Amino acid sequence: MARPRKTLLLASALVYLFLYIPLAVVVVFSFNDSRLNAEWVGFTWKWYDQLFSNPQMLQAARNSLIIALAAALLSGVLGCLAGIALHRFRQKWLSALVLGPVAMPDILIGVSLLLTFMLFNIGLGSISIILAHVSFCIGFVALAVQARMSGMDDSLLEAARDLGASPWQSFRLITLPLLLPGVIAGMMMAFTLSIDDFVVTFFTAGVGSATLPLEIYSMVKIAVTPEVNAVSTLLMLLTLVLITVLSRFSPQSLRS
Amino acid sequence: MLEIIDVSRRYGEYLALRDVNLRVHAGEFFTLLGPSGCGKTTLLRSIAGFDHPDSGDILLDGKSLLHLPPEKRPVHTVFQSYALFPHMTVADNIAFPLRMAKLDKTEIARRVEEVLEDVRLPDKARHYPQALSGGQRQRIAIARALVNRPRLLLLDEPLSALDAKLREQMQIELINLQKDIGITFVYVTHDQGEALALSHRIAVMNQGEISQIDEPAQLYNCPGNRFVADFIGQCNILDGTVIESHSDRVDVELDGLGRISLSAHIPANLHSGERCALTLRPEKIRLAKQLEANDAELHFRGQVHDTLYMGDVTIYIVELGEGVKVEALLANSAPGRARLFDPGDTVEIAWHADAGHLVR
Amino acid sequence: MHHRLSKVLLALPPAAYLVVFFAVPSLLMLLASFRYPGEYGGLAPWYYIDDGQLSLDLTTENWLRLVESTIYLGLLLKSLGFALLTTLICALMAYPLALTIARSPKRHRDLLLLLVILPFWSNFLVRIYAWMIIFSPQGALSEGLNAVTGLLGLEPVNLMFSSTAVIVCLVYVHLPFMILPLYANLEKHDPALLDAAQDLGANARQRFWKITWPLSLPGIYAGGVLVFIPSLGIFAIPDLLGGTNGIMIGNVIKQQFVEARDWPFGSVLSLVLTAITLMLVAIAGRFGRPKGTANG
Repeated sequence: MARPRKTLLLASALVYLFLYIPLAVVVVFSFNDSRLNAEWVGFTWKWYDQLFSNPQMLQAARNSLIIALAAALLSGVLGCLAGIALHRFRQKWLSALVLGPVAMPDILIGVSLLLTFMLFNIGLGSISIILAHVSFCIGFVALAVQARMSGMDDSLLEAARDLGASPWQSFRLITLPLLLPGVIAGMMMAFTLSIDDFVVTFFTAGVGSATLPLEIYSMVKIAVTPEVNAVSTLLMLLTLVLITVLSRFSPQSLRS
Repeated sequence: MLEIIDVSRRYGEYLALRDVNLRVHAGEFFTLLGPSGCGKTTLLRSIAGFDHPDSGDILLDGKSLLHLPPEKRPVHTVFQSYALFPHMTVADNIAFPLRMAKLDKTEIARRVEEVLEDVRLPDKARHYPQALSGGQRQRIAIARALVNRPRLLLLDEPLSALDAKLREQMQIELINLQKDIGITFVYVTHDQGEALALSHRIAVMNQGEISQIDEPAQLYNCPGNRFVADFIGQCNILDGTVIESHSDRVDVELDGLGRISLSAHIPANLHSGERCALTLRPEKIRLAKQLEANDAELHFRGQVHDTLYMGDVTIYIVELGEGVKVEALLANSAPGRARLFDPGDTVEIAWHADAGHLVR
Repeated sequence: MHHRLSKVLLALPPAAYLVVFFAVPSLLMLLASFRYPGEYGGLAPWYYIDDGQLSLDLTTENWLRLVESTIYLGLLLKSLGFALLTTLICALMAYPLALTIARSPKRHRDLLLLLVILPFWSNFLVRIYAWMIIFSPQGALSEGLNAVTGLLGLEPVNLMFSSTAVIVCLVYVHLPFMILPLYANLEKHDPALLDAAQDLGANARQRFWKITWPLSLPGIYAGGVLVFIPSLGIFAIPDLLGGTNGIMIGNVIKQQFVEARDWPFGSVLSLVLTAITLMLVAIAGRFGRPKGTANG
């Protein structure tokens, strides 16, 4: 195969720099002993200390975690069913329903759910955020499960039946264990999407249910402070850990 | 023991099986042979229970199988893809049917060990299927299907994924295995060489119908129709017209070759004027620069049109005039020679009057 | 039938959930676009029952407001322009990188890809925030730039709160969406095609424009849709980086729902955005389909 040429390599290196410099700036300034994110003054843990003594921030972190866990579990179950159904059913309306929220811009899901919750007097809070997150996470889990389903040799199920397993037994002993990596990968994906989500949460959150992204948003709206750098750095660290765990379960799911 | 009675199966417009009738004897190695789309796999799947005939019946030891779901049939299948469960070890794969049958643990362990010995892979019990070679997977798939002693073993092109060398070795193993355990095998393949080598009897299928059921040698030497003659092995098919049919012999006018008279291998009830064909295997034809006349043989002169060097033999395509060509082959017994005749050479060919087989 | 029933039971829970939390909200939004706004925000009732007589109280005036005002149409056009520009820049930046990864040795590809995805997994707001630091007037970038403009005797430049800042950040946030499908496409190209082209006398430039480029178009279309659709609907980036010049349609939708509390008009704008999205998905479905085996 032809080796990439020099100009191509240079261009690629520049794109990688473009991807990483902003994040590096955030991390570096989170340890900078100055209120201004402008020049390096000295090393400090001060912003992290401040962060961990900020009750609002801690509450937001707790909210984020609970919401993401709940959304991952609920969309894991519903998405698994949807993935199997998509594979077996092959109905247009079903895939439109499941994948629609994946394709739509977040803002549309956010405002339409805001409208619905208000019209039906459903109070905005953690519950409404979870319900909203699940609606777009189902599609991602379903896609992961469907990919596993279509990668599965149909003769495996026939072999199980042939060797004496009932339909339910072959589902439990063959289909489910083989789908599990897909379901777990999908749920991890749902967890990250939920904990990362800003737009849908922005429209469906109520008083006291602010998540980390919302908290960051309101802080940033007022002023750029190194405390935000510290939260951001911690969030990056968390994502890194999640990805490492995720890649253990299925290296392919990272690419999809 | 296995009886297929008037089985038909239609997928929309497409008729996959048309009034199929056959009977497999206990302990037999029976093969369904045919090109892809001939219905052999549909028939196999109907026996296993994955497909349901529209009409007809499938009996095992006199009892109908049709109302039973696949898991209730005393019939196991070796799948083309092997279908080994990737999340289970070899031992768990083999134990699967025993667990489904709710055997107790010690009995399961004993049987698994035993069958692994039978397929000569006793040290692979803890491996996962992905870690095995193609031939080993094949043996595990067979072991899994045999472990709880089905009445009937169905094999769906089980050797097609293996390379040629390994396939030959597995063929010998299959024959020996079947002889040892005495379970009836129904084997599906599109490979005529494999079918001839393995089977006690072969059913040749074409377009959803059974073309001929016979023993391998009979099938090869006395094909019942053009399709079987053409499908199995190399064959010269010489078209002709029946001139006169007698009780013990028939006179045929072969197109471009003239009149011949045959006294053996004649289909029943031929009548004058009917089109027919003489099927003739290339190895039955003698070929030389000059052949001494012999009353028992039919004699022709022709010109070598083309040669195909095959290593052990060379195939000569000889034109006998008016576009009639026959294939003959000669062993390359002369040292250092790739062929004995060149295109354009005039040669004489001959075959025994009864070497050919007349079909409709 | 047993089989059919089990299928329905499988599909029912997720389907019911998504009907309630996706289909119904979408329809409610459609209905809302024809209703009057409520007195204190929200929506006015859309029907009255007078003496047992049902009368509807719907209007097309929200839609007329969109068509009649040049402000909103202009904003929509500007947003489309921003999204298009973002898509083009993304394609331009993604191509060399995707090509490099696709042509590097197999054992390096996973790592190189992971390096593309990693920043994309960090929080969306963090990624915007990073650019707020970079573009800030006290930042090294601004100071360096303004030192140059100062020497040249030009007005100082403010990077923060500008359309430039919005576009740069849009590109930054959406770049992986272009790189990944493009890579997936390029990686499938049969290297023998390029060898064959070379064998038949094509030079490096011709090989690229005659072979690689046309085969990679489905990848570009796929990536284009993945970049264009979310770029068009975004509101957080212009909100934080755009100031008054950089606002997009998403900001107006947010404003109608959260600040002005004019839900009917907000619904109209949302529906226009939905319609554009659906159109793009349909077009992409037609063009993005693989024609041969190598360009899937």
